[in-house]
Amino acid sequence: MIELGLFREVFQSLNKNKLRTLLSGFTVAFAIMLFTILFGIANGFQNTFNNEFNGDANNSIFIYSGRTSKAVEGYQTGRRIQFDNELYNTIKDEFNDDIEFITGRVYKNVTASFGTEKSNYSVRAVNPDHQFIEKSEMKQGRFINPLDLKNNTKNIVIGNLVVEDLFGETDPIGKYLDLNKIKFKIVGVFVERTEGSDSNEARVIYMPISTAQKIYGNNDYIDQINLTYNPLLSEQEAIAFGNKVVDKIKDMFFIAENDQSAVRARNRARENQEITQFNGVLAILVLIIGMGTLVAGVVGISNIMIFIVKERTKEIGIRKALGAPPNSIILIIILESIFITAIAGYVGLLIGGAVLNSFNLEDYWITDPGVSTSLVLAATITLVIAGTLAGYIPAKRAASIKPIVALRDE
Amino acid sequence: MLKINNLHKSYKMGDSSLHVLKGIDLHVDKGEMVAIMGSSGSGKSTLLNIIGILDELDSGEYTLDGIEIKDLTEKKAAQYRNKFLGFVFQSFNLINFKNALENVALPLYYQGQKRKERQEKAMFHLEKVGLADWSTHLPNELSGGQKQRVAIARALAAEPKLLLADEPTGALDSATSHEIMQFLQQLNDEGKTILIVTHEEDISLMCKRIVRLKDGVIMEDKKIKQNRL
Repeated sequence: MIELGLFREVFQSLNKNKLRTLLSGFTVAFAIMLFTILFGIANGFQNTFNNEFNGDANNSIFIYSGRTSKAVEGYQTGRRIQFDNELYNTIKDEFNDDIEFITGRVYKNVTASFGTEKSNYSVRAVNPDHQFIEKSEMKQGRFINPLDLKNNTKNIVIGNLVVEDLFGETDPIGKYLDLNKIKFKIVGVFVERTEGSDSNEARVIYMPISTAQKIYGNNDYIDQINLTYNPLLSEQEAIAFGNKVVDKIKDMFFIAENDQSAVRARNRARENQEITQFNGVLAILVLIIGMGTLVAGVVGISNIMIFIVKERTKEIGIRKALGAPPNSIILIIILESIFITAIAGYVGLLIGGAVLNSFNLEDYWITDPGVSTSLVLAATITLVIAGTLAGYIPAKRAASIKPIVALRDE
Repeated sequence: MLKINNLHKSYKMGDSSLHVLKGIDLHVDKGEMVAIMGSSGSGKSTLLNIIGILDELDSGEYTLDGIEIKDLTEKKAAQYRNKFLGFVFQSFNLINFKNALENVALPLYYQGQKRKERQEKAMFHLEKVGLADWSTHLPNELSGGQKQRVAIARALAAEPKLLLADEPTGALDSATSHEIMQFLQQLNDEGKTILIVTHEEDISLMCKRIVRLKDGVIMEDKKIKQNRL
């Protein structure tokens, strides 16, 4: 049934009725273009959102201490809670199975000088695991290692911006940096992969936590404990785990169970849950947008097909009088519909893609907007099917009109 | 060639029905040139449509070239129209986005003939109506008489047994009308059976037989001496 002659008929009809072809093509192209743009923007928005949280490991829990807000067992409120090595070791031992990496942090602000260059930085004294929790990437040398910790070495690892500030073109590895008048040997340079321009992270100086404890107070105090939970834990389990750790700390320091300020934990599992929810909402929104655009396109192509068939009634009558079987009438109209939809859909996709690419959308919270080819293909196929159905119903009716009625149509 | 016995046809007009043809008996032999006359509303166009298998009869018998035309499927009807009948209409009914040659070739397309064959045959018939030079022109570039000649070429392309013309000169001036009629006479001389529906007396006199319809019945059926052009 489908042979070259039929296609020739279709092409001629499309070619000789340019306005009609353009109008119907425009509707479909416009729908697919809108679909591409809206979907692309939604995707870009989602990309931005995901990137924003990529600075740290996405299974981290940061635990801070503060002052108590509730009196308990004879202790007054306002008591300062100070983490220490004992706590660190207890947590590490007790929750060994659920912990992936763990580190303590001691903070110290220092003035660093190298030769004539001088500037203020914050020191983070940490355990070796810190590298994996903060996702620090080594540019040169190495990170703090267990040996540094054991021997209380005066080795430090500095951010790439510290190198820029103080060393310029000089290779900093093996050089000694003066921190508050004490000389430390630089063993590594790291780069921070945090999205955005959080340059503070790249101006941090890491040193062994044991060294800092010894030099800056000769105690075993820890300011903050950071850990990542076992990635195999579900979000629910991870939240429960975080709560268990906090409860343990409260227990050790005689803190009331409902005291919110003495120990606080920032659990990424909670944030992940929110992100998942947000992405879910966004996905539904995108789905509604997409469906809406497609429905608009379907309605458009349906209207046009009805109009086209109406306009062609007389031609159909002539063809039938000359001996066209009803099937050939249906086929020619449907083929036209499919052809227009497919081509116009592709054009719409190209235009939509070009529009997305031609604007710099980074400023509007949209990163790397785009739509997967398969999605657009699915959308176009949907429109083609809709176009076919939209064409079929009036075409079927047109084919069943008595030729004499069709011929009378003016 | 064509036998009609006791043909009835009525149209539904809302609640009432309009009885258009009330028992028509008509026999046409091969090679005849018949004018069907009647004022508007006499049923002459309805009769032509039934003969042309464009419309269905309610009761009676209609045999075309030995085949009974009754309860045909759309597909079968289309096939018979293509094989047996050629149509010429008052308003030409050319497809306006196809040029003269393509219009003439269209019935051959529905016969399933090859493109080259179609074009050769269409060209032959265009030559026959004297429009070979106009083959690539679109209908709106042709005069009324030229359009009707293209339509006649198209009607002849499939080499039908019977040529049906519905007021073929209705939209033409008298000089062009005569030109078309002269051509139809010539076709008839070559043996083609032709049925012409008209309400113009002088056109009917150019045929060999006149059938007069009034209020759905045949009032008069007589052979005449053809007024040659």
